[in-house]
Amino acid sequence: MSSNAITIPGVQIDERPWVDTLHEWVTTVDHKRLGVLYILYALLFLVVAGGEALIIRIQLMFPHNQFVSPQVFNRLFTMHGTTMVFFMGMPILFGFANYLVPLMIGARDMAFPRLNAFSFWLSALGGFLLYFSLVGANGLYGAGNAPDVGWWAYAPLTARAFSPGHSTDYWTLALLVSGFGSIGTAINIIATILCMRCPGMKLNRMPLLAWLNLVMAGMVLLAVSPLTAAQMMLLIDRYLGGHFFDTQAGGSAVLWMHFFWIFGHPEVYILIIPCFAFMSEIIPVFSRKPIFGYPVMVAATVSIGFVSMSVWAHHMFTVGMNSYANSFFTITTMAVGVPTGIKIFNWLGTMWGGRIQFKTPMLFSIAFLFQFLIAGLTGVMLASAAFASQLSLSYFVVAHFHYTLVGGVIVAVFAAIYYWYPKITGRMLNETLGKWHFWLFLIGFHLTFDLMHIPGLLGMPRRIYTYEPGRGWDTLNLLISIGAFIQAIAILLFVANLLISYFKGAQAGNDPWDAWTLEWSTSSPPPAYNFASIPVVASRRPLWDLKHPEDPDSQYE
Amino acid sequence: MSAMANPFPQTTATWSLPDRGKVAMAGLIIAESAIFTIFVVAYLFYVGKSLTGPTPREVLETPIFYSICLLSSSLTIHFAAKSLARDRVGAFLGLWALTIVLGGTFMYGTAQEWHRLIYEHGLTISTNLFGTTYYSLVGLHAFHVTAGLLMLLIVAIFALVGRVGVRQSRRVEVLSMYWHFVDVVWVVVFTVVYVLGR
Repeated sequence: MSSNAITIPGVQIDERPWVDTLHEWVTTVDHKRLGVLYILYALLFLVVAGGEALIIRIQLMFPHNQFVSPQVFNRLFTMHGTTMVFFMGMPILFGFANYLVPLMIGARDMAFPRLNAFSFWLSALGGFLLYFSLVGANGLYGAGNAPDVGWWAYAPLTARAFSPGHSTDYWTLALLVSGFGSIGTAINIIATILCMRCPGMKLNRMPLLAWLNLVMAGMVLLAVSPLTAAQMMLLIDRYLGGHFFDTQAGGSAVLWMHFFWIFGHPEVYILIIPCFAFMSEIIPVFSRKPIFGYPVMVAATVSIGFVSMSVWAHHMFTVGMNSYANSFFTITTMAVGVPTGIKIFNWLGTMWGGRIQFKTPMLFSIAFLFQFLIAGLTGVMLASAAFASQLSLSYFVVAHFHYTLVGGVIVAVFAAIYYWYPKITGRMLNETLGKWHFWLFLIGFHLTFDLMHIPGLLGMPRRIYTYEPGRGWDTLNLLISIGAFIQAIAILLFVANLLISYFKGAQAGNDPWDAWTLEWSTSSPPPAYNFASIPVVASRRPLWDLKHPEDPDSQYE
Repeated sequence: MSAMANPFPQTTATWSLPDRGKVAMAGLIIAESAIFTIFVVAYLFYVGKSLTGPTPREVLETPIFYSICLLSSSLTIHFAAKSLARDRVGAFLGLWALTIVLGGTFMYGTAQEWHRLIYEHGLTISTNLFGTTYYSLVGLHAFHVTAGLLMLLIVAIFALVGRVGVRQSRRVEVLSMYWHFVDVVWVVVFTVVYVLGR
């Protein structure tokens, strides 16, 4: 096969000194290599922040446990949250967008390859800065090492008086720097999708993954920028003696909450929309049917993007807003469930009557549907201001958002890795290990996060480092911690699978899943130039047209 | 697999896509607008909430002349880009230089105003909420004008050594988009700081 001759040079590492290979990877502007760098960087932080979660769970396993001190506990949940959102979630999704969008729209690279590399290294610097705080944050005060202000960093906790030393500065700088990286990547994704499509790839023929990433990138522009602005204000307060969030001088702590959540809530849609994108590519292929309701999917995504911009203050129901604000944000938050529900019905409609193949990517996708549905249902519960007032800052909320971010985002990312790993490496991931990974993770996940709702309902507040025995939380917390360790074992199996399959996995070929989008038309891994000649497409499923010239999709458009 | 080389039937349809430079600049402008929006909201939220003086009413003077300078530079850069598109490099260079002079004059006005506020009225960024929000918002805008002036200067240097011609006209238009954005932001900042905030 001629395709075997076309491989990216980095794959044949044994022929050249490793320094050359390293140099190539560090200086690369190739969207595929940057995508892989993003994904590896994010997986590294998944393991780090996962480790932090395990320490948190060991501490909470028994009442009056003394595994870590209260100070360390504060640092742990701050670092866990910040890392997972900014240095695991966003980078891994940007990595997939980087890798897949140009391939799927038939382009040879992103619109701005050097901006792409710049954005990646900015994000990498952000993660480095956050963890450098462990070494560098002591400063002259000897106070604090890692940031301990929580991932929202509410004012006035971040003021100089309450956060001496430099740990909060590292937190701010890390988010500021990685925010610039995110904005750069978002601009790049938008420009790529709008300006680099191959001939025939009209907007209404784009794979849904490209559409959803376009919406995601637009949301990054509108949502990450407010965070950047708020971080600038915090830096002005901390370094120039400003008073933005200084209540002593008339400043407002609530203003920071608004600014943070104007970023913070769209952020969860920035994280979940690319996961919707993975579902929209994987479910049709393993159901052997085209996606159900393509235009409705696009419309639902765009309306999620719009509505999710005006729901932020549902994080602030207990702050004491007036009843009009409470009602407004309750209504908008419930409204955002409607387009999300439409999407779930569309995926079910895609599976309905299909010949479903239960390969590992599909198993994770089905788990995503169920888990995201439940996460959405607890979300609708919390959307009610009256209900949220009871359960705000409890473990119920923690269970809810971990259900969306672990049961939704992480599970969807697993599905995506199992689905596109053959394209990225040229090898299949091991199915047996994959099924072990899936079932263990599923059991661990449900043990941890299903049960976590209950201590919340029983009144257990979040962010406490220990608790009194005999409140009905003891056994539940023990089981939750056991579930966390089962998930950790599943992740270890997954990492082992990634490594073993890279060297020993079965050859994938161009198109192991018999799929329909353009990335499967080129070799695995794709050559540096992606396509020998720029493809021309006539329908939403160009490879179907190619494989079935007697009954092409283009006939029906 | 010979199909690998060219798996898709070539069609000769007309296929035109938007200019990536302009799309990217539009994206940057959206992101920047969001950043400015947050600073404007903070400014408006804190109007009249300073616990100590000086207040805007006491110390601010409306910079009408310098605002006219900045706003008219939008016209000059527009016609500069148009001249370049028609390959009239001399007219381009003249209008481009005029844009830089107008932008520079505006920055001189800002510098003078800040000097007056700091040395005559003792208003710094840490004096009160007015100082914090005023210097942040106006300073953020001034930073964008400065960044724009640097880019304009780089283009001017390239033009002086004869490296800017009609082929660069699309890139110059992208820069001109940025400059228009900076001007529009000034209209908002002017309204908020010198009209509504007093």
